[in-house]
Amino acid sequence: MSAPKRKPSSMDRRRFLQDAARGAAGCAVAGMALTQFISDARALPAQAIRPPGALDEDDFLAACIRCGLCVRDCPYDTLKLAELGYDGPATGTPYFTARDIPCEMCEDIPCVVACPTGALDKELTNIDDADMGLAVLIDEEKCLNALGLRCDVCYRVCPVIDEAITLERRHNERSGHHAIFMPIVHSDKCTGCGKCEKSCVLPGESAIKVLPRRIAMAEAADHYKLGWEDKNPLVDELIDLPDRLPGPGTDNLVAPGGYTTDALPDPSMEGGFTSSFSLPGTGGSN
Amino acid sequence: MSAKTKLPVGQEAIDEFGWLRAHRFLLLRRASQVFFLTLFLIGPWFGIWWFKGNLSGSMTFNVLPLTDPFITLQGFFALHWPETTALIGALIVGVAYALIGGRVYCSWVCPINPVTDGAHWLHEKLGMSKGWQPKKNTRYWVLGMVLAVSAITGTVAWEFVNPISMLHRGLIFGMGFAWAFVIAVFLFDVFVSRRGWCGHLCPVGAFYGLLGTKSVLRISAEKRADCDDCMDCFAVCPEMQVITPALRGKDEDTPLILSSDCTNCGRCIDVCAMDVFKFTTRFDDTPAPAREQRTRTQPASGASKAA
Repeated sequence: MSAPKRKPSSMDRRRFLQDAARGAAGCAVAGMALTQFISDARALPAQAIRPPGALDEDDFLAACIRCGLCVRDCPYDTLKLAELGYDGPATGTPYFTARDIPCEMCEDIPCVVACPTGALDKELTNIDDADMGLAVLIDEEKCLNALGLRCDVCYRVCPVIDEAITLERRHNERSGHHAIFMPIVHSDKCTGCGKCEKSCVLPGESAIKVLPRRIAMAEAADHYKLGWEDKNPLVDELIDLPDRLPGPGTDNLVAPGGYTTDALPDPSMEGGFTSSFSLPGTGGSN
Repeated sequence: MSAKTKLPVGQEAIDEFGWLRAHRFLLLRRASQVFFLTLFLIGPWFGIWWFKGNLSGSMTFNVLPLTDPFITLQGFFALHWPETTALIGALIVGVAYALIGGRVYCSWVCPINPVTDGAHWLHEKLGMSKGWQPKKNTRYWVLGMVLAVSAITGTVAWEFVNPISMLHRGLIFGMGFAWAFVIAVFLFDVFVSRRGWCGHLCPVGAFYGLLGTKSVLRISAEKRADCDDCMDCFAVCPEMQVITPALRGKDEDTPLILSSDCTNCGRCIDVCAMDVFKFTTRFDDTPAPAREQRTRTQPASGASKAA
């Protein structure tokens, strides 16, 4: 059974190198296929919303072990694990579809508590700080409120009513003498729970939809200055228009107390005056 | 080899001990596989939530967390440091398998095992040739590849394709098209490579094998002197290379099957009519004399108990 011991020969070395090359090449091909598959599987559809406290998608896929404990502890059966082929998110990862069952925003956040790995961040302790997505009034042509009717359902079901969604009164141009109560979503308060999307009375698709913030939000134009928010001058101390002071030697004729040089009253006269300052190059006298 | 090798595998053991005893570890194993699946199904089926989750991670009686250590390891490579709960769970599972044999997971728990066992049965029924047989270290290459892809993509890479969790999670939470992966493994084992998936490629098995390198629970060919060369143990063993050093060892060689490839499935114990094998610990040093040296012209027929 036991072969006599041989010294390692060049044939052994050749065999070893061949086997190593074969293994490495095979694994490189398989690894590339797997990498490609993963990068495809990563594309998260816009309607698939991660549970509250979910890390950014990239970090989430490093952390989630797809055990489904968040799904089990969700009291409203909101969460489900993605099934291969049927659902968009990476197989076995938790998500919900707001139009089917929205997040009820439990105060104790049982899904986050259940997560063993921290894919749902334990730092989230107040559900009002959750950031699952952002509601967007996506179809203003169909939204009943936008048409001038009083539906208000999305506004009324919002768990953060009057903060995440407010109704803004506008003039109804069509009728000329009615108001439009426009639902406005405020991104700093909206948690993305999806109750508005769920309860939109339109048949089929909702006029207001929760979208991931990466889709729903634009980046602020930091190179524009909003003068009404920021009172400080653009460049300190450098650009400043000359003050148009009233007084002798200036061309400020309109300002009260402004005088032209030829109409300068005699300072010695009663009622005359001497200006308490002097501007360079103008002087108080001719 | 004698005429007995032509008998169906395990026939002598059935004649000797009865069908039930000649299948006891197979039956126990199937029971164990059903048990570990049923634990997670009594929740969704009957609303009794003692066991929640799946093999990747679970919570028992709301106190005992268990996590798959291989998935946790991939998480490390993806640069995620998990919460303590997952770490404790992975530690418990890791220590348990390090003691009872890493690949006990493969033969007693893994839901893919019945699939590949079924594929092997069909493979033999069809009289297929053994097909592509990758080198024995291939699974470690695959294991390395999975960890590398985890690091490159920053994800728990194997969970995107792992047929084990696809099947287990699928049965508990909903299958989708995950059955396609299970069918693929089945067809691969029937037509492409005998015992190909579990025996040569699966990185989960490779990981658990490494985990159980020094495991306490082992099988020993203690009565190897009685072996009558019927070859049935080699025929049923899913990792047949592990038997030879123990069974055919000399007096001074240990009769323990110490290879980490051994899945502790116990089928060799079932099918052996001479009762050569038994479960024991790696510290068992009962003397186990080797059988007499035989020549090719004088095989073991004389030593046969059944003769």
